[in-house]
Amino acid sequence: MPVLPAECLEESDPRFARLDEVIERYGRNPSALIQVLHEAQKLFGYLPEQVQMRVARRLGLPVSHVFGVSTFYALFSLRPVGRHRIQVCMGTACYVKGGEQLLADLQERLGVGIGETTADGRFELQAARCLGCCGLSPVITVDGDVYAECKPRLLPAILKKYD
Amino acid sequence: MAVTERLPLGRVAEEVRPEVELVTLTIDGRVVQVPAGITLLEAARLAGMRIPTLCHHPALPPEGACRVCLVEVEGRSNLVPSCQFPVADGLRVRTNSPVVREARRTVVELLLARHPHDCLGCVRNGSCELQELARQVGADPDRFQGQPSSVPVDDSSPALVRDPARCILCGRCVRACSLQAVGALGYAYRGLATTVGPAFSHRLAEVSCVACGQCASVCPVGAIVERDDTARVWEALADPARYVVVQVAPAVRASLGEALGLPPGTPVTGKLVTALRRLGFRQVFDTEFTADLTIVEEANEFLHRLAEGGPLPMFTSCSAGWVKFCEHFFPSRLPQVSTCKSPQQMMGALVKTYFAEVQQVDPDSIFSVSVMPCTAKKLEAARPEMGGGGRRDVDAVLTTRELARMIREAGLDLAALPEDRFDPPLGAATGAASVFGVTGGVMEAALRTVYEWVTGSELGTLEFAALRGWEGVREATIHLDGQRVRVAVVHGLGNAARFLRALEEGAPSPAEGPGQGRPYHFVEIMACPGGCVGGGGQPYALDPEVKRARAAVLYREDSSRRLRLSHRNPTVQWLYRHWLGEVGGEKAHRLLHTTYQPREPY
Repeated sequence: MPVLPAECLEESDPRFARLDEVIERYGRNPSALIQVLHEAQKLFGYLPEQVQMRVARRLGLPVSHVFGVSTFYALFSLRPVGRHRIQVCMGTACYVKGGEQLLADLQERLGVGIGETTADGRFELQAARCLGCCGLSPVITVDGDVYAECKPRLLPAILKKYD
Repeated sequence: MAVTERLPLGRVAEEVRPEVELVTLTIDGRVVQVPAGITLLEAARLAGMRIPTLCHHPALPPEGACRVCLVEVEGRSNLVPSCQFPVADGLRVRTNSPVVREARRTVVELLLARHPHDCLGCVRNGSCELQELARQVGADPDRFQGQPSSVPVDDSSPALVRDPARCILCGRCVRACSLQAVGALGYAYRGLATTVGPAFSHRLAEVSCVACGQCASVCPVGAIVERDDTARVWEALADPARYVVVQVAPAVRASLGEALGLPPGTPVTGKLVTALRRLGFRQVFDTEFTADLTIVEEANEFLHRLAEGGPLPMFTSCSAGWVKFCEHFFPSRLPQVSTCKSPQQMMGALVKTYFAEVQQVDPDSIFSVSVMPCTAKKLEAARPEMGGGGRRDVDAVLTTRELARMIREAGLDLAALPEDRFDPPLGAATGAASVFGVTGGVMEAALRTVYEWVTGSELGTLEFAALRGWEGVREATIHLDGQRVRVAVVHGLGNAARFLRALEEGAPSPAEGPGQGRPYHFVEIMACPGGCVGGGGQPYALDPEVKRARAAVLYREDSSRRLRLSHRNPTVQWLYRHWLGEVGGEKAHRLLHTTYQPREPY
């Protein structure tokens, strides 16, 4: 199981007040949990423990339930994310056409594992399920920009575009 | 054309509705009529087919997580989980076809793929539902090899130990914890990484677990069990320098037999005393004695609060799980909780003071053990305030299940043992103390004493029908010399949470008199459904009738006693006269009362 960062946010952090506004906007309705978590992630960049606790208390849910949802959906992140998000498609088509080599190359080049963020916070590396553009395989995306028929030798030039 | 069988409806029908609508369906070629609204699983049981189950538990909402109860329904392309599939007219169901048997076996084999095979070393060996299921479906434990879970054992709690490697993700504990309105346990992550546990992989001691142990009592395997304190007790018993005494809670005598092969509802009080002596305990005391003492202190406290106008309603404090629950989730109510220690802790305090004094035993040589139907009592005994001068009131708490293991290990045949009596002076009790073990019992016992103290006359009948039964919340109004006193009985923490929230929103019809503006004067809350008979440390039982059989034992113990009012217990009276002083006095307060601490919800 991944070890989660124990970051401590100040209670006075203005983002908490904005999170509270979001929760009030949803009328503190526990069935709005997923929407609230989405907005919380937009505010904080990820879902630290304190944020999930806050959401749980204000929606009247056990934090174990909130944690169940935040760890179930791949879109939620429990750790700080990088400034740029690289996704390497591991769908069937991309996989057979070399997606795995791309992923291995990126791991080595960036010095991170899958789901991790580089020490300088610049890149976050993710393996994706099918991105839905098999005709372009193998595919990687950076911040949503699609790089079709990607090869390991093209990677340095691609990464250079993102600071 | 098959003959339609109208099946004996039994309990299922009672639980549905008195005048039941029937549906006709075919189960394994038999045309049967069953009540509408039940599931295929229940219908098949009425038809005499025992479809195997695992995540299903009669006390919990169905989840359909394990897929063990799959059956074939004609016209459906997939097998369906019978625990969630409602009966309907004209369904044709096969519970025992080759396809079903093969699917079931595969499901169990997949569950076994990640489950350790070291059954012989597991505390659930012999009582494990997965083991039984594997035997029933003829599973090959080695057909699939899965990656075992690497989540470490959590033994942070003084009451419960979780071993995620044994967890089969059936979710029973999650549902039990959620029914208790605690929600300490949940699912986390997904796919092969799925785990059950507290949020953020915290340990039980770090979250708002109240140690009620309802999770452990529904876990089908050895993934959540009580902390095993038998080794510490064996060690003390073998140490000649230790003076080892034991006390036994009311509900244990009504259930211990089940764990040792006797039918539910067998009272084993006398045999239990003999068993404890043969295990080597020097003195065998009865927690019922201090249950009487609790009633005297608590009734006195209640009458004081009633006269002084509060804080009311007063909540009972015997249930350690409820106390911890209140601390976490309703801390503003703590001033309303009776300051009386629980009977376990009162006994613990008396053993190392009064008993040590009269018996001239060095209190530091005493090792005080209690046998409880409860896992929260382990946590209660470990609370820092439950002791004095570096001394614990109670040194070790065993659940009913642990005592049964010790009796088995010692080779004692409980059924064949002669009967014996608890030791004086801390072994004499009234009938009022016996009913402590059932929901409503503490209130009933308290009211018997309160009524006689206030009115000077005896109650016409000692049994409060309105306070007995299994409704989640029950209430009654009694008239005390012209004053109406409203009382309520609540069991199961989910009910307690709803009850307290309703109080916060202002329940209707406030009582008249000094308690005006407050709808209740006195409320009993028990953490476990059914009270201690349904405690988290009791023998495993899937059948809800078992709790009722245990309760019947305690009601019989009460009605068969000559003395049925706590304050008439002659030993209790003697103790106050010669040693404790005044009821609610300084010494009583120092030894028999406690404090609470607001905690955060997690």
